[in-house]
Amino acid sequence: MSEPMLEVRDLTKNFVKKLDLAGRIAQKMGSSIREEVVHAVDGVTIRIEKGGVVGLVGESGCGKSTLGRMIAGILQPTSGAITYKGVELTNMNPEEAKRAALEIQMIFQDPFASLNPRMRVVDIIGEAPVAHGFCKASEIHEYVSEVMQRVGLDPEYRRRYPHQFSGGQRQRIGIARALAVKPEFLVCDEAIAALDVSIQAQVINLFMDLREDLDLTYLFISHDLSVVEHISDRVVIMYLGRIVEVAETDDLFREPNHPYTYALLNEVPRVDQRGLDYHPIEGEIPSPLDPPPGCHFHPRCPHAMDRCKQERPQLREIAPKRWSACHLNDGT
Amino acid sequence: MSADAPTLDVRGLKTHFFTKAGVARAVDGVDFTVGKGEVVGLVGESGSGKSVTGFSIIGLVDPPGRVVSGEVLFNGQNLIGLSPEKMRKLRGNRIAMIFQDPMMTLNPVLRVDTQMVETIRAHDKSVSKADALARARDALGQVGIPAPDERLKSYPHQFSGGMRQRVAIAIALLNKPDLIIADEPTTALDVTIQGQILYEAQKLCRETGTSMIWITHDLAVVAGLADKICVMYGGRIVEQGAIDDVLDHPVHPYTRGLLGSVPGHNTRGQRLYQIPGMAPSLLNLPEGCAFQARCPKADEVCKKEPEITEPIKGREIRCFHPHLDQDEEIGA
Repeated sequence: MSEPMLEVRDLTKNFVKKLDLAGRIAQKMGSSIREEVVHAVDGVTIRIEKGGVVGLVGESGCGKSTLGRMIAGILQPTSGAITYKGVELTNMNPEEAKRAALEIQMIFQDPFASLNPRMRVVDIIGEAPVAHGFCKASEIHEYVSEVMQRVGLDPEYRRRYPHQFSGGQRQRIGIARALAVKPEFLVCDEAIAALDVSIQAQVINLFMDLREDLDLTYLFISHDLSVVEHISDRVVIMYLGRIVEVAETDDLFREPNHPYTYALLNEVPRVDQRGLDYHPIEGEIPSPLDPPPGCHFHPRCPHAMDRCKQERPQLREIAPKRWSACHLNDGT
Repeated sequence: MSADAPTLDVRGLKTHFFTKAGVARAVDGVDFTVGKGEVVGLVGESGSGKSVTGFSIIGLVDPPGRVVSGEVLFNGQNLIGLSPEKMRKLRGNRIAMIFQDPMMTLNPVLRVDTQMVETIRAHDKSVSKADALARARDALGQVGIPAPDERLKSYPHQFSGGMRQRVAIAIALLNKPDLIIADEPTTALDVTIQGQILYEAQKLCRETGTSMIWITHDLAVVAGLADKICVMYGGRIVEQGAIDDVLDHPVHPYTRGLLGSVPGHNTRGQRLYQIPGMAPSLLNLPEGCAFQARCPKADEVCKKEPEITEPIKGREIRCFHPHLDQDEEIGA
């Protein structure tokens, strides 16, 4: 296997809610009050090859956005390592770190919240490339026009403000802003979730064209399995902060291994399935504040055994290019 | 099912909003029927008028909006122009509504039991409080809430999103309505929780013979649930018919484009069909067919109003150039 472009090893992020003064006093007095810790991401390992598209799927609270933000450098991991092009992010010299930060860009879910409403489009897209020396301040208009054309926006509109654009166009502005610093790796966090179906198709096609034209690598975070199936080469399924299954897209959708993946695939409504008899998995997604011991999925799993309640299943390679974290794979 | 008189018969419904910027024709001539026990999917993108249609039926259109013409026959009785008192007797009793955000139904400062007993006793004073409580408990059990006796004593914030939506559905069911209007009730929920809600909804319609209008932007959800589908665009139903017929052999160019833009099982790596342009503003819809600017088949005749035609038995469309030859490529 070739050297991965980005590798994440045992990455963990905990969010701690510190005790207030009253809480600390109560603790000193012997109360059982403790700091609340959310294990948002709990020992995650991923390799992403150059030019690949990895889909990251999970339900709310599974840590998929937190993972994306750590890779994009917006959040600092609690422990673990992110290696970009063979160098660990924390060991980079300032020069390398700056380059990595530019080469890894992020596209956000909400095209309404992620653009500064008081800036013109030309400044939103052009600010970073000017600051980082991709173009001279005097050439900003030409530079921005070129980027806007690439994402299918009319450069004539570059003096407008974000509120003068529709949702789909704003998402294109967000994409243009990321592309303006010539990135090689894009983290798309639910980048099409807020768009209408016909606009979604336009943006999905844009992502696929950009991948080909600019040789981009994607981490595509989404809760929408049909979109992930469409765009990804490999899929990572997360549940409550942990990876439960990693597989090539075709393998995963043909034959899911982990019971959670299986349930998830069963539950996704599809246009080609009519008059379904729904057989939903029971139960709620547990709170990440207090996840169940052992395998996080065991309270909802139809195959749960005693062992699942005590021992955390490790992510193991069960077939070539295929990893799953389930005790069921040990038996038989 | 069609042998009986339909539960709901909407004829030529027009709801316009008289804003400062002009008249927005949100619903502009909508005709459809809902049979007893039938699930009708009302599908469209944002601004297509699907939610306003739902609000118009149940009489919840606020100024500056107003139903300007048309009839809504519910069990033979016209609801348009009904006095507010009579409407109030029907609403929450014979017709119920489920909203996208369950907190639109629930009062955050009242316990669930208070709200449920109130819903029953508002329409029938002769029910004793104890009987009402028993019915409330049964309704919670019916929608799959565990330990309904204890949950009755909870406040809405003590429920998770999915559970809250179940409570909202239970409240809609309390008086055993003839018709439930569900406005995007699963859009904000996770996939596995959505599966659970769809399962409950389907079970209810089958068991109790309640009719349902399921308003959504998600074709896949409707595919698994509905008997009939109405596709809305620019305030009108552009195509309606039996779910299998419409989804397998769409005739209207918009329906074809919409279905082509949904990623499916066999589309991996391919370009999705994209409908060019974006939805027109309701404030200045073009003369004639609202879809003409984005339609590959549009010509001079589309500047005239397309009337409802039935080119195939059981299929009503508004189009001058329907795709009757199914082998034709999308967009051709």
